[in-house]
Amino acid sequence: MADTANESSFVAFERVQKSYDGENLVVKDLNLAMPKGEFLTMLGPSGSGKTTCLMMLAGFETATHGEIKLDGRPINNIPPHKRGIGMVFQNYALFPHMTVAENLAFPLEVRKIGKSDREKKITRALDMVEMGNFGGRRPAQLSGGQQQRIALARALVFEPELVLMDEPLGALDKQLRETLQFEITNLAHRLGITVVYVTHDQTEALTMSDRVAVFDDGRIQQLAPPDQLYESPENSFVAQFIGENNTLEGVIKEVKGDTCIVQLDSGDVIDAKPVNVSKAGERTKVSIRPERVEYNKDRLQEGAHTLKAEVMEFIYMGDIFRTRLKVAGKEDFVMKTRNAPDQVRLTPGSQIEIGWLPDDCRALDA
Amino acid sequence: MTDATAGPRPNSDAGGKDKPSGPMLAADGTSLKSSLARSMRRQKIKALLLVAPLLIFIMITFIIPIGQMLFRSVENQIVSDTLPRTVVALDSWDAESGDPPSQAVFAAMARDMVVATELNNHTSLGSRLNYETTGLSSLFRQAGREVDDFGEDHTDAFEEIDPLWVEPATWVTMFASDNWVEAHAEWAERAEAAGFGFDELPPPFEFSEGVQEPLPRTSAMFADFARVLRVEDEETPAEEEPWNIVYLSLYEDLAADPSAPSAYDGETRALLEEALAITDTMGPFDYQAAFEEIDEDWLGYDLWSTIQTFSPSYTPGYFLASIDRQLTPDGVEVVDDDRKIYGTLFLRTMVMSLMITFSCILLGYPVAWLLANLPMRTANVLMILVLLPFWTSLLVRTSAWKVLLQQQGVINDLLVWLGLVNDASRLALINNQTGTIIAMTHILLPFMILPLYSVMKTVPPSYLRAAKSLGATNWTAFWRVYFPQSVPGIGAGSILVFILSIGYYITPEIVGGTKGVFISNRIAYHISSSLNWGLAAALGSILLALVLVLYWLYDRIVGIDNVNLGG
Repeated sequence: MADTANESSFVAFERVQKSYDGENLVVKDLNLAMPKGEFLTMLGPSGSGKTTCLMMLAGFETATHGEIKLDGRPINNIPPHKRGIGMVFQNYALFPHMTVAENLAFPLEVRKIGKSDREKKITRALDMVEMGNFGGRRPAQLSGGQQQRIALARALVFEPELVLMDEPLGALDKQLRETLQFEITNLAHRLGITVVYVTHDQTEALTMSDRVAVFDDGRIQQLAPPDQLYESPENSFVAQFIGENNTLEGVIKEVKGDTCIVQLDSGDVIDAKPVNVSKAGERTKVSIRPERVEYNKDRLQEGAHTLKAEVMEFIYMGDIFRTRLKVAGKEDFVMKTRNAPDQVRLTPGSQIEIGWLPDDCRALDA
Repeated sequence: MTDATAGPRPNSDAGGKDKPSGPMLAADGTSLKSSLARSMRRQKIKALLLVAPLLIFIMITFIIPIGQMLFRSVENQIVSDTLPRTVVALDSWDAESGDPPSQAVFAAMARDMVVATELNNHTSLGSRLNYETTGLSSLFRQAGREVDDFGEDHTDAFEEIDPLWVEPATWVTMFASDNWVEAHAEWAERAEAAGFGFDELPPPFEFSEGVQEPLPRTSAMFADFARVLRVEDEETPAEEEPWNIVYLSLYEDLAADPSAPSAYDGETRALLEEALAITDTMGPFDYQAAFEEIDEDWLGYDLWSTIQTFSPSYTPGYFLASIDRQLTPDGVEVVDDDRKIYGTLFLRTMVMSLMITFSCILLGYPVAWLLANLPMRTANVLMILVLLPFWTSLLVRTSAWKVLLQQQGVINDLLVWLGLVNDASRLALINNQTGTIIAMTHILLPFMILPLYSVMKTVPPSYLRAAKSLGATNWTAFWRVYFPQSVPGIGAGSILVFILSIGYYITPEIVGGTKGVFISNRIAYHISSSLNWGLAAALGSILLALVLVLYWLYDRIVGIDNVNLGG
């Protein structure tokens, strides 16, 4: 689960709770510690509390309980303008009545930085986002992507050590989003700044972050690097939320070391890796990634359980084939296979046998 | 092909790259432009029909009245219409000589006055000229009572020569054409048959040929006599003895040209020749003396110079009066200090309107901010409070202020009770400028709050957050980021409030006393009490021009694009 704060953490949430109405907790007992220079993404469905956490860190919301620390000192009672945290908003929040240069000058002016220094910093920040020639424009004259670059430059121009980004790419089209994802991570790593990034887009979270905190129901469900998150989800919410996932429900028959045997509701028996199940008799949701499903028996472990499957639908997607199968009574079981020269294209209605490595099949909480 | 402008091109079969020669063609080979126009025509007609009722309504109730007001502010036909002869005769009078005008002018005036008196026009002319020079109204009224006696002696003299002269029939025989006599007889027959309630006008008088030349004065005067008789009394010269002034005219014709009777070719020639004898017994009538006898002011300089100055059909007089100037024979002059009111009133109207606008900004801005930033439910309640004054009668609200603000009123009582004000020195909060400003600020406040609110509603709260995250204090974030974006709302509200208050009437009238009234109150006074509509129109035109100039100034300084009434 979420790791606890230690002395070296740069940003720390300690037992933080937040309630708006005094009845329901939006954030429940949040503990989070970030080292300096980390790019951390808060990922979760809307209403999961991720934006509230960001706003508490920025100072626009106060924590109902608990402490938020920045560089070791509590900041609960420090007003936002004294926290020195850069922030990028979803709607960019560029001041429409100021030019790009004036927008960038704003944080410097309120910090009483001299004119020549100011201009140097503005030029540097604009060059950083490759918008050097746009200083005289008004925000309304820029495209969405350009506005977001300026918003980024403005959040960085006063050289904050921590930058918060609240779904900054939400309003952009896919291609632009991908370009900017790459640029933002590059920039963050080059400047060595700590970034807390909020998004509901899991691809964005996986491609950009050092670590991802998956939020649901006011709690961090899992905090881990992207690969771990994808390959070893710790509970069924994370498994469902991150990437495509096949779920089979059943009961633990037996746990032996790092494998277990699960009897599915259909009566079939499969091998799995117990993750957050401990004893026989417990109900479980078994999670298997579509690309880890095998129907080539040669690649399966000796003695592994296999299941019968009926091909429902075969979709040609170019680089991969996506096959929808009926497995253990469920018709939405998906198998993804690489478009290799020797790959067989299955026809709907044909009966096959599938299986998987027990390591790829995780028995999670029900 | 993504080129959106590429329509069907019948003549190009080589693909999208080559340009068609000549104008773009529609699919059926007609020009694309005309085809587009055709397809749009229906929509245009429909749109026009939809706005037509409003357009007509605005034309009738707004554009035309404004045009009439502008016209009325310079129109001055009453003088030349009522005193046609006098205006012509007075043309040669040199006002600077200081002498009263010649006998000819007085003679013309006597004739004009007789006609005007019969038509009852002389009093309105008197009032009109009284705007320019006081005292003229009574002069005209008085003269109207006596001018019909001018020449009575001459009438008697004619009667002495031959009693036939006082017979209406004699005059008809002398002047009327056969046509008219016939038409008149028919008309009289119809009147007889119809009896009471017959309202057909008698036929207009016609002279028989050649009778006017020998007796120019008489026939001209008789023509007027016949005309007035017809339209005023629905009678004819066949039944009425002519006015004394007609006899006087005949005397003057005979005196001026003793050969006139021989030149006259008609039945009454003998009668006329006989009447020539009157020139031996009677002297010429002294018009000047006659007028002097009525009132010696008729010989005065003021009357004649005023008539001369205001004889043109169009006059800048009303506009000059509106800016405390006066048109005199010597040119434009500033009026005496004790009569200067309009300059002060205009200035006061402007200054007070500005103060009201400013108070509205001051009071309305925080409320609008709250409205825009509170949660929906609370904001709605607050909105109702803001709109509440809209749903109350203006008169009731203003009267309520009267109750609150008067010396023995609620506010003064409260201040005295709190010990803030001594009982003996209660504040004068009403019937002065303070009262007008307080009441009008309250009444016009919604007009400031609503545009402000609708503009503030469009400023996302993330701007303020962004500013604070960038290191701005609450005040800096407000002043540098929020306020500039609310300026369009302030602009719209200010224009609305200022223009409304500059023409406000009811509230200043009720709570303004004498010191707190606006120019519009003066306009209303001239419309309904003094009946000087020309001056009211001129004042209104100036007010309109002022508003337009201010609007233009605003556009130059702030930019009208910076006005946002919401959305």
